Amino acid sequence: MDNKTLMDNAIEVTGVVKRYGNQTAVRNVDLSVRTGERMVLVGHNGAGKTTLMKLMLGLTRPCEGKLRVLGCDPVKATAAQRCQTGFVPESVAFHDTMKGVEVLALYARLKGVAAPEYRSILEQVGLDKAANQRVSTYSKGMRQRLGLAQAMLGKPRLLFLDEPTSGLDPSLRRQFYDLIDTLSLSGTTSLTSSHSLNEVETRADRITIMKAGSIAACGTLADLSIQAGLPTMIRLKVASGHTAKVAEQLAAMGEMHRVNDHGIEISCLETSRMDLLRKIVDMDKVIEDIDMIPARLDRIYNHYMENEQLQ
Amino acid sequence: MNALGIIAANEFLDGLRNRWVATAIILLGAMALILLLTGSAPTGTTRAGVLDIGVVSLSSLSVYLIPLIALLLSFDALVGEFERGTMLLLLTYPVTRWQVVMGKFLGQMMILFAAVTVGFGLPAVAVVLLAETGSQSWQAYITMMGSSLVLGAVFIALAYLVSVLVRERSTAVGASIMLWLVLVVLYDLALLGLLLADEGQRISQTLFSALILVNPTDLYRLLNLTAYNNIGQLAGIAARAEFGPLLLLGLMVMWIIVPLVATISIFQRREL
Repeated sequence: MDNKTLMDNAIEVTGVVKRYGNQTAVRNVDLSVRTGERMVLVGHNGAGKTTLMKLMLGLTRPCEGKLRVLGCDPVKATAAQRCQTGFVPESVAFHDTMKGVEVLALYARLKGVAAPEYRSILEQVGLDKAANQRVSTYSKGMRQRLGLAQAMLGKPRLLFLDEPTSGLDPSLRRQFYDLIDTLSLSGTTSLTSSHSLNEVETRADRITIMKAGSIAACGTLADLSIQAGLPTMIRLKVASGHTAKVAEQLAAMGEMHRVNDHGIEISCLETSRMDLLRKIVDMDKVIEDIDMIPARLDRIYNHYMENEQLQ
Repeated sequence: MNALGIIAANEFLDGLRNRWVATAIILLGAMALILLLTGSAPTGTTRAGVLDIGVVSLSSLSVYLIPLIALLLSFDALVGEFERGTMLLLLTYPVTRWQVVMGKFLGQMMILFAAVTVGFGLPAVAVVLLAETGSQSWQAYITMMGSSLVLGAVFIALAYLVSVLVRERSTAVGASIMLWLVLVVLYDLALLGLLLADEGQRISQTLFSALILVNPTDLYRLLNLTAYNNIGQLAGIAARAEFGPLLLLGLMVMWIIVPLVATISIFQRREL
């Protein structure tokens, strides 16, 4: 890997192993996250996602291997380097006797962030009206938003979000990911762990699937689908009266799922997808509309979780 | 302000928010006022200064109360943050682990300082305005206030060591109560029992002195009751030149430094 690539990567993990006593939490992990990328970590509970984040945050040392976060060893990160990262822990907690604004003010002082900035962040996460309430009166969603607010202090270049949307309602989840997208546009790299597969699949540039401390797969949704060899579903709207004929012509190229008067659903593997599409295009006016549905993350995830053979 | 100051200030503000400062001031203030008022009654006949009597009576009660307040204030300083999950987040900030420990220590010392100066100071000023007193009295009284702070610091430091060693808050409560019982109550009882059982056979004067110097609460008692002659007479203890106030104070300070250094070093190595 040349120097430029190294500089382009916000996170660089090479051969990292972390053991707690007899338990191996992270096994020989190699992972790189490019600057500005939205990387999502998925995996069962205990797959090593949180441990990997703790290693990247310098909260714990690897037993083997090397980590570079924003160009330095996270354990030896200087105060200035720490100011460039933000973190939302899995079950974010604060001192209950403090008011929302006091919590944020404390963290802001530690990062050297001035009052106008943290007050505007409170507005951004929609906590400005509740700022003077004690944290003990906050709902789970409000705590989570306060968690995100502290992570956004000082415009970090890198965000670690450990299951950040658990406890948030669907509309808050959308707002949350919108915020991450906005930050990503301004160059912020994010590493998010989540169990909500369908929620993150459209919000991730790349997805890493972890299993028993190792990386089972890593790539874009399309890459993962190809690697897993999962079929793409193609839905065709066929001109009235031609359905049976079209179905007959395409039958050899994929697996027919549904044939009726309105159209056809056929699934095919990545390798035969282009051939199938060419054939469909050749049919010209008989096909009125075409819809391609790639394998969703939940199917890809299940595929890797069921597959004992790790990559 | 650097991280140390920010954490210390936050700890003190936390003490104000959860009424720790107010509770400690009221507790110490009530005790001081009652003892000073009851002590001022016989001054006319005994010719003892009201503050001198105050030093004797207050220091014999503070030796129980100050360690208790200090332990209650600080037993969950670290384990509480681990349990709540706030420590994990704090350590991702530009804060080192020693700054967390020392910041908390300074903040809680400020709480204790407020409690001792206001709680012991105000009643003394009030009582002195009503009665006559010599300059020596103030000196002994201020020494008592200062050594109370040092005693508090000893138990805060010990509580931190407990707090970094245990994994649960409930264990820290139990261990702190044990610590208080052993150092404040049982140690002296055991020493007394040992002396009675031995009947002056094997335990020499030197060994006895050494055993007394090992316990921080005994150091506090000795410091307050023997540092000034007039107080020693009141308390019925002859001032012992062999333990100068500086030696006693120095030993107490060691009881602060050693647990704090141990706490920081254990915390540095702890896996999160």
